[in-house]
Amino acid sequence: MNMIDATMLSRRGFLERSAGLTFALSLPAALIARPAAALAEGEAPASIGAWVTIAADGAIVLAIPVAEMGQGSSTGLAMVFAEEMDADWSRVSIVYPPIKPEIFGNPIFGNMMVTYGSGSTRGYWDKVRLQAAAVRMVLMQAVADRLQVPLSELRTEPSMVVHAATSRSLSYGEIASFAQVPATTPTIDKSALKKLADYRILGRNTPRLDIPAKTNGAAQYAIDVQVPNMVYASVLRTPVEGGKPDHVDDMAALAVPGVLKVVPLRNSVGVVAETIEAAFAGRDKLKVTWSNALADGFNSAAGLKEFVARASKLDDKGVSYVAKGNADDAFAKAAKVMTAQYSSEYLYHAQMEPMNATATVSPGGDSAEIWIGTQGASINTSVAAAMLKTTPDKIKLHQFYLGGGYGRRSPADMLPEVLPLAKAMQRPVKLIWTREQDVRSAQMRPMTGHQIEAALDADGKITGWRHRVVGESVIAYRGGEKALAGAKGVDGILLEGSKHEYGIPNQLIAYLREQRGIAVAAWRGIGAGYNKFIIESFIDEIAASQNKDPVAFRLDLLKDEPRAQAVIKAVADKSGWGKPVADGHALGFSYAKVVETYVAAVGEISFDAKTGIVRAHKFWLALDPGIVLNPDSVLAQTEGNVIFGLSQTLKEQVSISGGEVQQNNFYDYPVLRMSEMPEIDIQILPTDNPPKGMGEASLPLVAPCVGNALFKLTGKRFRALPLSPERIKAATGV
Amino acid sequence: MAITFTVNNKPASVDAAPDTPLLWVVREHLKLTGTKFGCGAGMCGACTVHLDGRAVRSCQTPVASVAGRSVTTIEGLSANNDHPLQRAWVDLQVPQCGYCQSGQIMQAAALLAANKNPSRDDIVRHMDGNICRCGTYPRILRAVERAAKQGA
Repeated sequence: MNMIDATMLSRRGFLERSAGLTFALSLPAALIARPAAALAEGEAPASIGAWVTIAADGAIVLAIPVAEMGQGSSTGLAMVFAEEMDADWSRVSIVYPPIKPEIFGNPIFGNMMVTYGSGSTRGYWDKVRLQAAAVRMVLMQAVADRLQVPLSELRTEPSMVVHAATSRSLSYGEIASFAQVPATTPTIDKSALKKLADYRILGRNTPRLDIPAKTNGAAQYAIDVQVPNMVYASVLRTPVEGGKPDHVDDMAALAVPGVLKVVPLRNSVGVVAETIEAAFAGRDKLKVTWSNALADGFNSAAGLKEFVARASKLDDKGVSYVAKGNADDAFAKAAKVMTAQYSSEYLYHAQMEPMNATATVSPGGDSAEIWIGTQGASINTSVAAAMLKTTPDKIKLHQFYLGGGYGRRSPADMLPEVLPLAKAMQRPVKLIWTREQDVRSAQMRPMTGHQIEAALDADGKITGWRHRVVGESVIAYRGGEKALAGAKGVDGILLEGSKHEYGIPNQLIAYLREQRGIAVAAWRGIGAGYNKFIIESFIDEIAASQNKDPVAFRLDLLKDEPRAQAVIKAVADKSGWGKPVADGHALGFSYAKVVETYVAAVGEISFDAKTGIVRAHKFWLALDPGIVLNPDSVLAQTEGNVIFGLSQTLKEQVSISGGEVQQNNFYDYPVLRMSEMPEIDIQILPTDNPPKGMGEASLPLVAPCVGNALFKLTGKRFRALPLSPERIKAATGV
Repeated sequence: MAITFTVNNKPASVDAAPDTPLLWVVREHLKLTGTKFGCGAGMCGACTVHLDGRAVRSCQTPVASVAGRSVTTIEGLSANNDHPLQRAWVDLQVPQCGYCQSGQIMQAAALLAANKNPSRDDIVRHMDGNICRCGTYPRILRAVERAAKQGA
């Protein structure tokens, strides 16, 4: 399949191709008694809002509300659906459904149709299984009625209802030709769902449905869309976040052949042209002055020092995130206190598909069509509706494959540009950012400063833990002050990963907010990307101060965490932890629970004292995400996490000077390349716990492995991400 | 003035400024969107196509320079998506987001056309200009090795 947009697979066309079809089964998401007919909108019974359509020839189309950005969860959730309805997997294809959050929303994200936070599998796990089980029940009931046999005598085989007593069976396609949609959908109890031991699809390596089209150029990303009568737009964006165009000199831009119009926008100026190259050329000729902004004059190097300094001023309390026992008392009574300051820089997502969107707005300005690849489908629909002062049903959003997401494609930040441009032109407008704009208008992982402290008793036991995190709020940038206030002032994105399982009785984890006017965002792994580096480096440091083996030390702290114990022991064993390694190499260890997945990792590292360049030779990982849906997909995500994680550990940094991002493209924002990749060994240790996130679980483990190995090699603790050559050289003094 | 050349063995004639990057001509004039815009600076390889059989960055190739020459894009690499690299890419489940993969495959195809039996180092050296942000490098490497074995 080419594209994950339901509108591309016209249901009418689909029905026509399926000869002999007289019925297509459609069920609402809400399993509460609800007449299916009420859902039909014109084209009954293949109604809008359907999760599944079964054709007479047995083809099954599932509506899977997951933006596919390479994480594989659209296939994974389809496998879950097919498993529970007992579908023949070879007949299953998927579409991205229309934006109906009330039907397709993710329960763990307020029933929005969004794809982030490694939340699709864990969020939809129950909802999709219950829906699919109801479909199976309807099919079985139809057969019970047809054959005049009790429902209890029927069972299913893949895409087949079987009555064993009379050796009769009917395929799902055959059933679809006569079955009636019940007035009320059956209610399924969770206890009736299929058991792990009975799975036919889940747990087996299953080729991802999106992959063939990604090997021949057929896969459609939003940047590829071709809409009739379309024109192209480029924007000149404010060099400082928040700046507004004050004065626009567009004479030279308008003189470029092919340029049609120049439109001032909220934080940018748009140039619309007949071709993309004319739009770029026109943009280059714009002369714009920008209004003042909060970020004017901000310098990230100076800011970082201020953030770290603030983290160490204990009388500046901030907002408490975790307050367990009495941390201050534990520190007052401690036999020994260990303290360290850490930091991390701003990071850019560097998704390979530059930001883009295409839109058209109706002449009355009260409805729109949007072609976009987004992690925030229903957010984009709501924002577009608010912008046009209309209702979400007037916004038709076409979802595409995402050329990388990692958090960058969650906000609706294309809309304030593409919608006014489309409205001004009264033609479809395709807006494409250049890579340089994508970097300079990056929405970044926040820069952070930290102080971390451990109170130890006379036996070296950790009795108290204080971790203070300083940085700008992602929640406030995205959702405004109201959103942060709603979270009681605690930015859970920034602080993600600061909790741990080390069983320390007295803990205080606090957030100290900065407001510098910088665009900050969720970035793959969110807060865990630096918080796990800090925790795991510090735990290592405490172990070393007591001459204890870092693995044994953690196992001792994690006595009550059997899943943690299992992954730690597995990775230690496989990596040959404690055995000699090559000259100049060292192994570094880390453990973390990220997005409820347990991971332990060992990295084999060396470094060149002359250049400061760190080389990662090999990573071993062991992980327990609970039930594993598609093992090869777990491997693929974990490989990607190690490489993405190593890239942020060693190379990546956005610097800001005079309020302006200083980087431009991959030549000054390098990311990891093939020649720098380590060998990767992954052990999956599945358990029968509900499946958890894999898209970012392993990424945070990489940096502490590197830092802890460097400590073995140099005797020095590295406390600032990235572990860049300059920093390694400065610390090792060569 | 129209510039004529061959794309995927078919004649093409495009009315574009001579310095227009081949990338935009292929994608937006000819609607062959399998070739991707990644960086516009020759730094990432997402836009890789073949020009007379050699891998080039189409974002750095002015359309005037391809006049009379032969361009192959991912859409023209094989008749039925059955180039050994494409088969290996599916067998080993290489792509994640997939956006860079047209460029990766075109870059690899040029290598295998010139060197039937590349060493691992040959492959890494040849592929090092192609960024995959998702981190599919281990699978790309294995897929190129597999395709080479199967006689690309």
